[in-house]
Amino acid sequence: MDTFRDKLIPVTSILAGVVVLWYVFAVILNTPFQRDLDRRANETSTFSELIGKTLSQPKPTLPAPHQVAVNFFENTFLRPITSNRSLVYNAWVTLSSTLLGFAFGTALGIIIAVGIVHVATLDRSLMPWIIASQTIPILAVAPMIIVVLGAIGISGLIPKAMISTYLSFFPVTVGMVKGLRSPEIMHLDLMHTYNASRAQTFWKLRVPASVPFLFTSMKVAVAASLVGAIVGELPTGAVAGIGAKLLAGAYYSQSIDIWSALVAGSVVAALLVMVVGIAGRLVDRAMGGRPA
Amino acid sequence: MTGTSPAVVAASKLGLTFQTNDGPVQALSNVDLTIGKGEFVSFIGPSGCGKTTLLRVIADLEKPTSGTISVNGMTAEQAREKRAYGYVFQAAALFPWRTIERNVGLPLEIMGLSKAEQGERIKRTLDLVNLSGFEKKYPWQLSGGMQQRASIARALAFDADLLLMDEPFGALDEIVRDHLNEQLLELWGRTNKTICFVTHSIPEAVYLSTRIVVMSPRPGRVSDIIESTLPRERPLDIRETPEFLAIAARVRDGLRAGHSYDD
Repeated sequence: MDTFRDKLIPVTSILAGVVVLWYVFAVILNTPFQRDLDRRANETSTFSELIGKTLSQPKPTLPAPHQVAVNFFENTFLRPITSNRSLVYNAWVTLSSTLLGFAFGTALGIIIAVGIVHVATLDRSLMPWIIASQTIPILAVAPMIIVVLGAIGISGLIPKAMISTYLSFFPVTVGMVKGLRSPEIMHLDLMHTYNASRAQTFWKLRVPASVPFLFTSMKVAVAASLVGAIVGELPTGAVAGIGAKLLAGAYYSQSIDIWSALVAGSVVAALLVMVVGIAGRLVDRAMGGRPA
Repeated sequence: MTGTSPAVVAASKLGLTFQTNDGPVQALSNVDLTIGKGEFVSFIGPSGCGKTTLLRVIADLEKPTSGTISVNGMTAEQAREKRAYGYVFQAAALFPWRTIERNVGLPLEIMGLSKAEQGERIKRTLDLVNLSGFEKKYPWQLSGGMQQRASIARALAFDADLLLMDEPFGALDEIVRDHLNEQLLELWGRTNKTICFVTHSIPEAVYLSTRIVVMSPRPGRVSDIIESTLPRERPLDIRETPEFLAIAARVRDGLRAGHSYDD
Protein backbone atom coordinates (compact mmCIF):
# COMPACT_ATOMS: atom_id res chain seq x y z
CA MET A 1 0.00 0.00 0.00
CA ASP A 2 2.28 2.72 -1.26
CA THR A 3 -0.50 5.24 -1.51
CA PHE A 4 -1.42 4.67 2.11
CA ARG A 5 2.11 5.43 3.29
CA ASP A 6 2.28 8.42 0.97
CA LYS A 7 -0.82 9.86 2.56
CA LEU A 8 -0.02 8.97 6.16
CA ILE A 9 2.59 11.63 6.87
CA PRO A 10 0.79 14.64 5.35
CA VAL A 11 -2.52 13.64 6.92
CA THR A 12 -1.09 13.07 10.40
CA SER A 13 0.86 16.32 10.33
CA ILE A 14 -2.31 18.23 9.48
CA LEU A 15 -4.09 16.36 12.28
CA ALA A 16 -1.33 17.27 14.76
CA GLY A 17 -1.61 20.91 13.68
CA VAL A 18 -5.37 20.87 14.18
CA VAL A 19 -5.03 19.34 17.66
CA VAL A 20 -2.49 21.96 18.71
CA LEU A 21 -4.70 24.79 17.44
CA TRP A 22 -7.68 23.18 19.14
CA TYR A 23 -5.88 23.20 22.52
CA VAL A 24 -4.85 26.83 22.03
CA PHE A 25 -8.41 27.88 21.29
CA ALA A 26 -9.79 25.74 24.13
CA VAL A 27 -7.59 27.69 26.55
CA ILE A 28 -8.44 31.06 25.00
CA LEU A 29 -12.19 30.44 24.84
CA ASN A 30 -12.52 28.85 28.28
CA THR A 31 -10.38 31.40 30.11
CA PRO A 32 -13.05 34.13 30.69
CA PHE A 33 -15.43 31.67 32.37
CA GLN A 34 -12.58 30.15 34.40
CA ARG A 35 -11.50 33.61 35.65
CA ASP A 36 -15.11 34.24 36.61
CA LEU A 37 -15.20 31.00 38.61
CA ASP A 38 -11.88 31.81 40.28
CA ARG A 39 -13.05 35.27 41.25
CA ARG A 40 -16.18 33.89 42.89
CA ALA A 41 -14.19 31.27 44.74
CA ASN A 42 -11.66 33.94 45.71
CA GLU A 43 -8.84 31.98 44.18
CA THR A 44 -5.94 33.16 42.13
CA SER A 45 -4.52 30.71 39.70
CA THR A 46 -1.04 30.74 38.29
CA PHE A 47 -0.82 30.62 34.54
CA SER A 48 -0.21 26.88 34.45
CA GLU A 49 -3.01 26.21 36.94
CA LEU A 50 -5.32 28.31 34.78
CA ILE A 51 -4.47 26.29 31.72
CA GLY A 52 -5.07 23.04 33.59
CA LYS A 53 -8.46 24.25 34.76
CA THR A 54 -9.58 25.57 31.37
CA LEU A 55 -8.93 22.12 29.92
CA SER A 56 -10.96 20.23 32.50
CA GLN A 57 -14.19 22.20 32.89
CA PRO A 58 -17.31 20.02 33.02
CA LYS A 59 -19.23 22.26 30.60
CA PRO A 60 -16.55 24.12 28.66
CA THR A 61 -17.27 26.58 25.87
CA LEU A 62 -14.84 24.56 23.75
CA PRO A 63 -13.97 21.15 25.14
CA ALA A 64 -10.36 20.06 24.87
CA PRO A 65 -9.59 17.19 22.49
CA HIS A 66 -8.79 14.77 25.30
CA GLN A 67 -12.13 15.52 27.01
CA VAL A 68 -13.94 14.69 23.80
CA ALA A 69 -11.80 11.61 23.33
CA VAL A 70 -12.51 10.33 26.84
CA ASN A 71 -16.25 11.02 26.50
CA PHE A 72 -16.29 9.37 23.08
CA PHE A 73 -14.40 6.35 24.35
CA GLU A 74 -16.65 5.92 27.42
CA ASN A 75 -19.87 6.29 25.45
CA THR A 76 -18.71 4.04 22.66
CA PHE A 77 -16.90 1.20 24.35
CA LEU A 78 -17.79 1.23 28.04
CA ARG A 79 -21.57 1.43 27.86
CA PRO A 80 -23.85 -1.46 26.95
CA ILE A 81 -24.95 -0.84 23.40
CA THR A 82 -28.58 -0.98 24.48
CA SER A 83 -28.13 2.07 26.70
CA ASN A 84 -29.53 5.23 25.19
CA ARG A 85 -26.35 7.03 26.21
CA SER A 86 -24.29 4.67 24.11
CA LEU A 87 -22.96 6.32 20.98
CA VAL A 88 -23.06 2.96 19.22
CA TYR A 89 -26.80 2.73 19.91
CA ASN A 90 -27.43 6.31 18.80
CA ALA A 91 -25.23 5.91 15.73
CA TRP A 92 -27.14 2.76 14.82
CA VAL A 93 -30.47 4.59 15.08
CA THR A 94 -29.20 7.28 12.72
CA LEU A 95 -27.43 4.76 10.50
CA SER A 96 -30.57 2.69 9.95
CA SER A 97 -32.57 5.63 8.65
CA THR A 98 -29.53 6.80 6.67
CA LEU A 99 -29.26 3.45 4.91
CA LEU A 100 -32.98 3.22 4.24
CA GLY A 101 -33.04 6.77 2.86
CA PHE A 102 -29.89 6.13 0.85
CA ALA A 103 -31.39 3.01 -0.71
CA PHE A 104 -34.58 4.88 -1.60
CA GLY A 105 -32.60 7.88 -2.84
CA THR A 106 -30.31 5.81 -5.03
CA ALA A 107 -33.23 3.90 -6.51
CA LEU A 108 -35.21 7.09 -7.09
CA GLY A 109 -32.16 8.84 -8.55
CA ILE A 110 -31.53 6.00 -10.99
CA ILE A 111 -35.19 5.85 -12.06
CA ILE A 112 -35.35 9.59 -12.67
CA ALA A 113 -32.06 9.48 -14.59
CA VAL A 114 -33.28 6.66 -16.82
CA GLY A 115 -36.44 8.67 -17.51
CA ILE A 116 -34.50 11.82 -18.30
CA VAL A 117 -32.11 10.04 -20.66
CA HIS A 118 -34.87 8.24 -22.56
CA VAL A 119 -37.75 10.71 -22.62
CA ALA A 120 -36.97 14.11 -24.10
CA THR A 121 -40.02 15.67 -22.42
CA LEU A 122 -38.80 14.60 -18.99
CA ASP A 123 -35.37 16.02 -19.74
CA ARG A 124 -36.88 19.44 -20.33
CA SER A 125 -39.62 19.35 -17.70
CA LEU A 126 -38.05 17.53 -14.79
CA MET A 127 -34.47 18.76 -14.65
CA PRO A 128 -35.25 22.36 -13.59
CA TRP A 129 -37.47 21.06 -10.77
CA ILE A 130 -34.83 18.65 -9.60
CA ILE A 131 -32.27 21.43 -9.41
CA ALA A 132 -34.79 23.73 -7.70
CA SER A 133 -35.55 21.02 -5.14
CA GLN A 134 -31.97 21.22 -3.88
CA THR A 135 -32.05 24.99 -3.40
CA ILE A 136 -34.75 24.68 -0.73
CA PRO A 137 -33.10 24.65 2.71
CA ILE A 138 -33.59 21.16 4.10
CA LEU A 139 -34.00 22.58 7.62
CA ALA A 140 -37.20 24.27 6.43
CA VAL A 141 -38.57 21.20 4.71
CA ALA A 142 -37.70 18.63 7.36
CA PRO A 143 -40.25 19.67 10.03
CA MET A 144 -43.00 19.84 7.40
CA ILE A 145 -42.30 16.34 6.15
CA ILE A 146 -42.28 15.03 9.69
CA VAL A 147 -45.46 16.85 10.73
CA VAL A 148 -47.36 15.93 7.56
CA LEU A 149 -46.35 12.30 7.74
CA GLY A 150 -47.06 12.25 11.48
CA ALA A 151 -50.60 13.52 10.76
CA ILE A 152 -51.26 10.50 8.56
CA GLY A 153 -49.84 8.18 11.14
CA ILE A 154 -46.34 7.61 9.76
CA SER A 155 -43.60 8.27 12.25
CA GLY A 156 -40.27 6.88 13.34
CA LEU A 157 -37.88 5.61 10.70
CA ILE A 158 -39.75 6.47 7.49
CA PRO A 159 -39.98 10.28 7.83
CA LYS A 160 -36.28 10.52 8.67
CA ALA A 161 -35.43 8.23 5.79
CA MET A 162 -37.50 10.43 3.47
CA ILE A 163 -35.38 13.43 4.32
CA SER A 164 -32.31 11.35 3.54
CA THR A 165 -33.93 10.32 0.28
CA TYR A 166 -34.65 13.94 -0.55
CA LEU A 167 -30.98 14.83 -0.15
CA SER A 168 -29.46 11.73 -1.70
CA PHE A 169 -31.45 11.24 -4.90
CA PHE A 170 -30.05 14.44 -6.42
CA PRO A 171 -26.37 13.51 -6.78
CA VAL A 172 -27.39 10.08 -8.05
CA THR A 173 -29.72 11.58 -10.66
CA VAL A 174 -27.10 14.02 -11.90
CA GLY A 175 -24.36 11.37 -11.90
CA MET A 176 -26.47 8.76 -13.63
CA VAL A 177 -27.75 11.14 -16.31
CA LYS A 178 -24.12 11.88 -17.07
CA GLY A 179 -23.17 8.20 -16.85
CA LEU A 180 -25.98 6.93 -19.08
CA ARG A 181 -25.00 9.55 -21.64
CA SER A 182 -21.30 8.77 -21.36
CA PRO A 183 -20.97 6.14 -24.13
CA GLU A 184 -18.91 7.41 -27.04
CA ILE A 185 -20.62 8.07 -30.37
CA MET A 186 -18.54 5.25 -31.83
CA HIS A 187 -19.98 2.75 -29.36
CA LEU A 188 -23.50 3.99 -30.06
CA ASP A 189 -22.87 3.76 -33.82
CA LEU A 190 -21.59 0.24 -33.31
CA MET A 191 -24.82 -0.78 -31.59
CA HIS A 192 -26.71 0.90 -34.43
CA THR A 193 -24.86 -1.19 -37.03
CA TYR A 194 -26.02 -4.31 -35.16
CA ASN A 195 -29.57 -3.00 -35.31
CA ALA A 196 -29.67 -3.28 -31.51
CA SER A 197 -32.93 -2.38 -29.81
CA ARG A 198 -33.10 0.48 -27.33
CA ALA A 199 -33.29 -2.01 -24.49
CA GLN A 200 -30.20 -3.84 -25.74
CA THR A 201 -28.27 -0.58 -26.08
CA PHE A 202 -29.40 0.36 -22.58
CA TRP A 203 -28.43 -2.87 -20.85
CA LYS A 204 -25.33 -3.76 -22.82
CA LEU A 205 -23.85 -0.28 -23.28
CA ARG A 206 -25.39 2.52 -21.24
CA VAL A 207 -25.70 0.69 -17.93
CA PRO A 208 -22.16 -0.73 -17.78
CA ALA A 209 -20.76 2.61 -18.95
CA SER A 210 -22.59 4.41 -16.14
CA VAL A 211 -21.31 2.22 -13.29
CA PRO A 212 -18.26 4.35 -12.37
CA PHE A 213 -20.49 7.44 -12.37
CA LEU A 214 -22.97 5.65 -10.11
CA PHE A 215 -20.38 4.91 -7.45
CA THR A 216 -18.91 8.40 -7.54
CA SER A 217 -22.36 9.91 -7.03
CA MET A 218 -23.25 7.31 -4.39
CA LYS A 219 -20.28 8.48 -2.30
CA VAL A 220 -21.73 11.99 -2.27
CA ALA A 221 -25.24 10.64 -1.74
CA VAL A 222 -24.41 8.51 1.26
CA ALA A 223 -22.82 11.44 3.08
CA ALA A 224 -25.85 13.58 2.21
CA SER A 225 -28.13 10.82 3.50
CA LEU A 226 -26.42 10.92 6.87
CA VAL A 227 -26.85 14.68 7.05
CA GLY A 228 -30.51 14.19 6.16
CA ALA A 229 -31.03 11.61 8.89
CA ILE A 230 -29.38 13.85 11.50
CA VAL A 231 -31.39 16.87 10.39
CA GLY A 232 -34.50 14.70 10.46
CA GLU A 233 -33.89 13.94 14.13
CA LEU A 234 -33.69 17.58 15.16
CA PRO A 235 -37.31 18.78 14.74
CA THR A 236 -38.93 15.51 15.85
CA GLY A 237 -37.68 15.64 19.37
CA ALA A 238 -36.37 12.19 18.60
CA VAL A 239 -35.20 10.37 21.69
CA ALA A 240 -32.35 8.58 20.02
CA GLY A 241 -29.88 9.16 17.22
CA ILE A 242 -26.88 11.37 16.61
CA GLY A 243 -29.16 14.31 15.91
CA ALA A 244 -31.03 13.73 19.18
CA LYS A 245 -27.72 13.62 21.05
CA LEU A 246 -26.67 16.91 19.46
CA LEU A 247 -29.97 18.53 20.40
CA ALA A 248 -29.96 17.17 23.96
CA GLY A 249 -26.37 18.31 24.40
CA ALA A 250 -27.37 21.79 23.26
CA TYR A 251 -30.36 21.92 25.66
CA TYR A 252 -28.29 20.97 28.67
CA SER A 253 -25.09 22.76 27.62
CA GLN A 254 -23.28 19.42 27.55
CA SER A 255 -20.70 20.69 25.12
CA ILE A 256 -18.54 17.61 25.50
CA ASP A 257 -21.51 15.40 24.55
CA ILE A 258 -22.17 17.55 21.50
CA TRP A 259 -18.61 17.22 20.34
CA SER A 260 -18.43 13.49 20.86
CA ALA A 261 -21.75 13.05 19.04
CA LEU A 262 -20.19 15.12 16.26
CA VAL A 263 -17.16 12.83 16.21
CA ALA A 264 -19.47 9.81 16.11
CA GLY A 265 -21.30 11.34 13.14
CA SER A 266 -18.03 11.96 11.32
CA VAL A 267 -16.83 8.42 11.98
CA VAL A 268 -20.09 7.03 10.60
CA ALA A 269 -19.83 9.31 7.55
CA ALA A 270 -16.24 8.28 6.91
CA LEU A 271 -17.11 4.60 7.24
CA LEU A 272 -20.09 4.93 4.89
CA VAL A 273 -18.07 6.73 2.21
CA MET A 274 -15.31 4.15 2.61
CA VAL A 275 -17.71 1.21 2.24
CA VAL A 276 -19.20 2.71 -0.92
CA GLY A 277 -15.68 3.36 -2.22
CA ILE A 278 -14.61 -0.23 -1.56
CA ALA A 279 -17.80 -1.57 -3.16
CA GLY A 280 -17.07 0.64 -6.17
CA ARG A 281 -13.55 -0.71 -6.46
CA LEU A 282 -14.71 -4.33 -6.17
CA VAL A 283 -17.30 -3.80 -8.90
CA ASP A 284 -14.71 -2.08 -11.08
CA ARG A 285 -12.35 -5.01 -10.62
CA ALA A 286 -15.13 -7.46 -11.46
CA MET A 287 -15.80 -5.47 -14.64
CA GLY A 288 -12.22 -5.88 -15.77
CA GLY A 289 -11.00 -2.49 -14.59
CA ARG A 290 -7.30 -1.90 -14.90
CA PRO A 291 -5.69 -2.08 -11.47
CA ALA A 292 -4.51 1.41 -10.58
CA MET B 1 -17.12 -2.92 -62.50
CA THR B 2 -16.84 -6.63 -62.20
CA GLY B 3 -19.06 -7.76 -65.01
CA THR B 4 -21.74 -10.27 -64.18
CA SER B 5 -21.44 -10.55 -60.39
CA PRO B 6 -24.38 -8.91 -58.60
CA ALA B 7 -23.76 -5.47 -57.08
CA VAL B 8 -23.20 -5.50 -53.32
CA VAL B 9 -23.19 -1.72 -53.17
CA ALA B 10 -24.76 0.47 -55.84
CA ALA B 11 -24.79 4.25 -55.50
CA SER B 12 -26.32 6.51 -58.06
CA LYS B 13 -26.19 10.33 -58.09
CA LEU B 14 -25.62 10.08 -54.35
CA GLY B 15 -25.38 13.37 -52.48
CA LEU B 16 -25.27 14.38 -48.84
CA THR B 17 -25.41 17.93 -47.55
CA PHE B 18 -24.89 18.65 -43.88
CA GLN B 19 -26.62 21.69 -42.42
CA THR B 20 -24.10 23.37 -40.14
CA ASN B 21 -24.01 26.70 -38.34
CA ASP B 22 -21.77 28.02 -41.10
CA GLY B 23 -24.32 27.06 -43.74
CA PRO B 24 -24.70 23.87 -45.78
CA VAL B 25 -21.65 21.68 -46.39
CA GLN B 26 -21.68 19.34 -49.35
CA ALA B 27 -20.01 16.22 -47.98
CA LEU B 28 -20.89 14.11 -51.00
CA SER B 29 -21.99 15.11 -54.44
CA ASN B 30 -22.99 13.04 -57.43
CA VAL B 31 -21.35 9.79 -56.41
CA ASP B 32 -21.90 6.94 -58.86
CA LEU B 33 -20.35 3.67 -57.79
CA THR B 34 -21.02 -0.03 -58.10
CA ILE B 35 -19.14 -2.55 -56.00
CA GLY B 36 -19.37 -6.21 -56.96
CA LYS B 37 -19.17 -9.26 -54.77
CA GLY B 38 -15.69 -10.20 -53.59
CA GLU B 39 -14.11 -6.86 -54.47
CA PHE B 40 -11.68 -5.05 -52.21
CA VAL B 41 -12.35 -1.36 -52.76
CA SER B 42 -10.33 1.38 -51.12
CA PHE B 43 -11.51 4.95 -50.74
CA ILE B 44 -8.64 7.40 -50.61
CA GLY B 45 -8.50 11.17 -50.44
CA PRO B 46 -7.57 14.11 -48.25
CA SER B 47 -9.61 14.82 -45.14
CA GLY B 48 -12.97 16.36 -45.93
CA CYS B 49 -13.33 14.46 -49.21
CA GLY B 50 -16.28 12.49 -47.84
CA LYS B 51 -14.69 9.03 -47.86
CA THR B 52 -15.78 8.26 -44.31
CA THR B 53 -19.18 9.83 -44.99
CA LEU B 54 -19.65 7.57 -48.00
CA LEU B 55 -18.85 4.54 -45.88
CA ARG B 56 -21.30 5.74 -43.23
CA VAL B 57 -24.00 6.18 -45.88
CA ILE B 58 -23.47 2.58 -47.01
CA ALA B 59 -23.75 1.56 -43.34
CA ASP B 60 -26.93 3.62 -42.87
CA LEU B 61 -25.20 5.68 -40.19
CA GLU B 62 -25.92 8.76 -42.33
CA LYS B 63 -28.90 9.36 -44.62
CA PRO B 64 -28.20 10.70 -48.12
CA THR B 65 -30.00 13.90 -49.08
CA SER B 66 -30.15 13.06 -52.77
CA GLY B 67 -29.68 10.09 -55.10
CA THR B 68 -30.05 6.44 -54.21
CA ILE B 69 -27.98 3.79 -52.51
CA SER B 70 -28.62 0.09 -52.39
CA VAL B 71 -26.79 -2.57 -50.39
CA ASN B 72 -27.30 -6.22 -51.34
CA GLY B 73 -30.18 -5.07 -53.51
CA MET B 74 -32.00 -3.47 -50.55
CA THR B 75 -32.06 0.03 -49.15
CA ALA B 76 -29.18 0.77 -46.79
CA GLU B 77 -31.59 0.76 -43.86
CA GLN B 78 -33.04 -2.64 -44.70
CA ALA B 79 -29.52 -3.98 -45.18
CA ARG B 80 -28.49 -2.69 -41.76
CA GLU B 81 -31.57 -4.22 -40.18
CA LYS B 82 -30.60 -7.54 -41.77
CA ARG B 83 -27.04 -7.10 -40.44
CA ALA B 84 -25.64 -7.20 -43.94
CA TYR B 85 -22.27 -5.74 -43.02
CA GLY B 86 -19.64 -5.64 -40.29
CA TYR B 87 -18.22 -2.21 -39.51
CA VAL B 88 -14.70 -1.57 -38.24
CA PHE B 89 -14.09 1.89 -36.80
CA GLN B 90 -10.94 4.00 -36.65
CA ALA B 91 -10.50 2.96 -33.02
CA ALA B 92 -11.08 -0.58 -31.84
CA ALA B 93 -14.13 0.60 -29.86
CA LEU B 94 -14.12 -2.50 -27.68
CA PHE B 95 -16.22 -2.34 -24.53
CA PRO B 96 -13.67 -2.09 -21.71
CA TRP B 97 -15.86 -4.06 -19.29
CA ARG B 98 -16.06 -7.09 -21.59
CA THR B 99 -13.38 -9.69 -22.19
CA ILE B 100 -12.19 -10.19 -25.76
CA GLU B 101 -14.48 -13.19 -26.27
CA ARG B 102 -17.48 -11.32 -24.90
CA ASN B 103 -16.65 -8.33 -27.09
CA VAL B 104 -16.55 -10.55 -30.15
CA GLY B 105 -19.76 -12.18 -28.95
CA LEU B 106 -21.58 -8.84 -28.56
CA PRO B 107 -23.26 -8.84 -32.01
CA LEU B 108 -24.12 -12.53 -31.57
CA GLU B 109 -25.80 -11.80 -28.23
CA ILE B 110 -27.76 -8.99 -29.85
CA MET B 111 -28.85 -11.30 -32.64
CA GLY B 112 -30.02 -13.79 -30.03
CA LEU B 113 -27.84 -16.74 -31.01
CA SER B 114 -27.64 -19.72 -28.69
CA LYS B 115 -24.73 -19.90 -26.24
CA ALA B 116 -23.26 -22.88 -28.06
CA GLU B 117 -23.47 -21.17 -31.44
CA GLN B 118 -21.91 -18.02 -29.94
CA GLY B 119 -19.01 -19.98 -28.48
CA GLU B 120 -18.36 -21.77 -31.75
CA ARG B 121 -18.36 -18.55 -33.79
CA ILE B 122 -16.23 -16.66 -31.29
CA LYS B 123 -13.64 -19.41 -31.43
CA ARG B 124 -13.68 -19.48 -35.23
CA THR B 125 -13.33 -15.74 -35.70
CA LEU B 126 -10.65 -15.36 -33.05
CA ASP B 127 -8.72 -18.09 -34.88
CA LEU B 128 -9.20 -16.15 -38.10
CA VAL B 129 -7.49 -13.03 -36.69
CA ASN B 130 -4.86 -15.05 -34.76
CA LEU B 131 -6.12 -14.10 -31.32
CA SER B 132 -6.70 -17.57 -29.92
CA GLY B 133 -5.58 -17.72 -26.31
CA PHE B 134 -6.65 -14.16 -25.55
CA GLU B 135 -10.34 -14.95 -25.00
CA LYS B 136 -10.35 -14.08 -21.30
CA LYS B 137 -8.23 -10.94 -21.56
CA TYR B 138 -9.66 -7.48 -21.19
CA PRO B 139 -9.00 -4.94 -23.96
CA TRP B 140 -6.46 -2.94 -21.93
CA GLN B 141 -4.32 -6.05 -21.60
CA LEU B 142 -3.84 -6.13 -25.41
CA SER B 143 -1.68 -3.98 -27.67
CA GLY B 144 -3.32 -1.52 -30.06
CA GLY B 145 -2.84 -3.85 -33.02
CA MET B 146 -4.35 -6.79 -31.16
CA GLN B 147 -7.30 -4.65 -30.06
CA GLN B 148 -7.97 -3.69 -33.66
CA ARG B 149 -7.75 -7.36 -34.66
CA ALA B 150 -10.31 -8.16 -31.98
CA SER B 151 -12.58 -5.49 -33.42
CA ILE B 152 -12.18 -7.05 -36.88
CA ALA B 153 -13.08 -10.42 -35.35
CA ARG B 154 -16.18 -8.80 -33.88
CA ALA B 155 -17.15 -7.50 -37.33
CA LEU B 156 -16.59 -10.95 -38.85
CA ALA B 157 -18.34 -12.90 -36.10
CA PHE B 158 -21.83 -12.78 -37.56
CA ASP B 159 -20.76 -13.76 -41.08
CA ALA B 160 -21.83 -10.69 -42.98
CA ASP B 161 -20.56 -10.77 -46.56
CA LEU B 162 -19.66 -7.10 -46.54
CA LEU B 163 -16.95 -5.57 -44.39
CA LEU B 164 -16.82 -1.78 -44.02
CA MET B 165 -13.53 -0.52 -42.60
CA ASP B 166 -12.95 3.12 -41.73
CA GLU B 167 -9.20 3.73 -41.47
CA PRO B 168 -8.89 0.72 -39.20
CA PHE B 169 -5.09 0.85 -39.02
CA GLY B 170 -4.69 4.64 -39.04
CA ALA B 171 -3.70 4.84 -35.39
CA LEU B 172 -1.14 2.04 -35.54
CA ASP B 173 2.58 2.22 -36.26
CA GLU B 174 3.85 1.20 -39.67
CA ILE B 175 5.31 -2.15 -38.66
CA VAL B 176 2.06 -3.29 -37.08
CA ARG B 177 0.13 -1.84 -40.00
CA ASP B 178 2.15 -3.83 -42.57
CA HIS B 179 1.54 -6.96 -40.61
CA LEU B 180 -2.21 -6.35 -40.31
CA ASN B 181 -2.46 -5.46 -44.01
CA GLU B 182 -0.93 -8.80 -44.87
CA GLN B 183 -3.28 -10.61 -42.52
CA LEU B 184 -6.28 -8.72 -43.86
CA LEU B 185 -5.44 -9.72 -47.45
CA GLU B 186 -5.05 -13.31 -46.38
CA LEU B 187 -8.37 -13.18 -44.56
CA TRP B 188 -10.06 -11.62 -47.58
CA GLY B 189 -8.62 -14.36 -49.79
CA ARG B 190 -9.94 -17.07 -47.51
CA THR B 191 -13.42 -15.68 -46.86
CA ASN B 192 -14.22 -14.07 -50.22
CA LYS B 193 -15.89 -11.13 -48.49
CA THR B 194 -16.51 -7.78 -50.11
CA ILE B 195 -14.45 -5.13 -48.37
CA CYS B 196 -14.80 -1.34 -48.47
CA PHE B 197 -11.72 0.22 -46.94
CA VAL B 198 -11.18 3.89 -46.15
CA THR B 199 -7.58 5.04 -45.88
CA HIS B 200 -5.35 8.00 -46.54
CA SER B 201 -2.27 5.93 -47.19
CA ILE B 202 -1.46 5.41 -50.87
CA PRO B 203 0.71 2.27 -50.37
CA GLU B 204 -1.96 0.73 -48.16
CA ALA B 205 -4.68 1.40 -50.74
CA VAL B 206 -2.61 0.01 -53.63
CA TYR B 207 -1.39 -3.00 -51.71
CA LEU B 208 -4.84 -4.08 -50.57
CA SER B 209 -7.30 -3.15 -53.28
CA THR B 210 -8.72 -4.56 -56.42
CA ARG B 211 -10.07 -1.08 -57.08
CA ILE B 212 -9.11 2.31 -55.72
CA VAL B 213 -11.65 5.11 -55.53
CA VAL B 214 -9.87 8.47 -55.42
CA MET B 215 -11.95 11.22 -53.84
CA SER B 216 -11.51 14.97 -53.54
CA PRO B 217 -13.05 17.59 -51.30
CA ARG B 218 -15.36 20.62 -51.55
CA PRO B 219 -17.68 19.16 -52.61
CA GLY B 220 -16.78 15.59 -51.67
CA ARG B 221 -16.82 13.58 -54.87
CA VAL B 222 -15.24 10.68 -56.74
CA SER B 223 -12.50 12.05 -58.97
CA ASP B 224 -11.01 8.82 -60.28
CA ILE B 225 -11.48 5.06 -60.08
CA ILE B 226 -8.39 2.95 -60.67
CA GLU B 227 -8.54 -0.78 -61.39
CA SER B 228 -5.62 -2.63 -59.91
CA THR B 229 -3.71 -4.94 -62.23
CA LEU B 230 -1.95 -6.66 -59.36
CA PRO B 231 -2.66 -10.38 -58.80
CA ARG B 232 -4.80 -11.47 -55.85
CA GLU B 233 -1.80 -13.13 -54.24
CA ARG B 234 0.31 -10.28 -52.92
CA PRO B 235 3.42 -10.78 -50.85
CA LEU B 236 4.59 -7.65 -48.99
CA ASP B 237 7.52 -7.13 -51.42
CA ILE B 238 5.11 -6.64 -54.30
CA ARG B 239 5.30 -3.06 -53.16
CA GLU B 240 8.72 -2.71 -54.77
CA THR B 241 7.57 -3.89 -58.22
CA PRO B 242 7.24 -1.37 -61.09
CA GLU B 243 3.60 -2.39 -61.53
CA PHE B 244 2.81 -1.45 -57.95
CA LEU B 245 4.67 1.85 -58.25
CA ALA B 246 2.87 2.68 -61.47
CA ILE B 247 -0.53 2.25 -59.79
CA ALA B 248 0.64 4.29 -56.81
CA ALA B 249 1.73 7.04 -59.19
CA ARG B 250 -1.70 7.05 -60.83
CA VAL B 251 -3.37 7.35 -57.43
CA ARG B 252 -1.04 10.20 -56.49
CA ASP B 253 -1.82 11.97 -59.79
CA GLY B 254 -5.53 11.50 -59.13
CA LEU B 255 -5.20 13.01 -55.69
CA ARG B 256 -3.21 15.95 -57.04
CA ALA B 257 -5.73 16.57 -59.84
CA GLY B 258 -8.56 16.67 -57.33
CA HIS B 259 -6.61 19.15 -55.28
CA SER B 260 -5.31 21.41 -58.05
CA TYR B 261 -8.02 24.08 -58.02
CA ASP B 262 -7.77 24.21 -54.28
CA ASP B 263 -5.01 26.77 -53.79
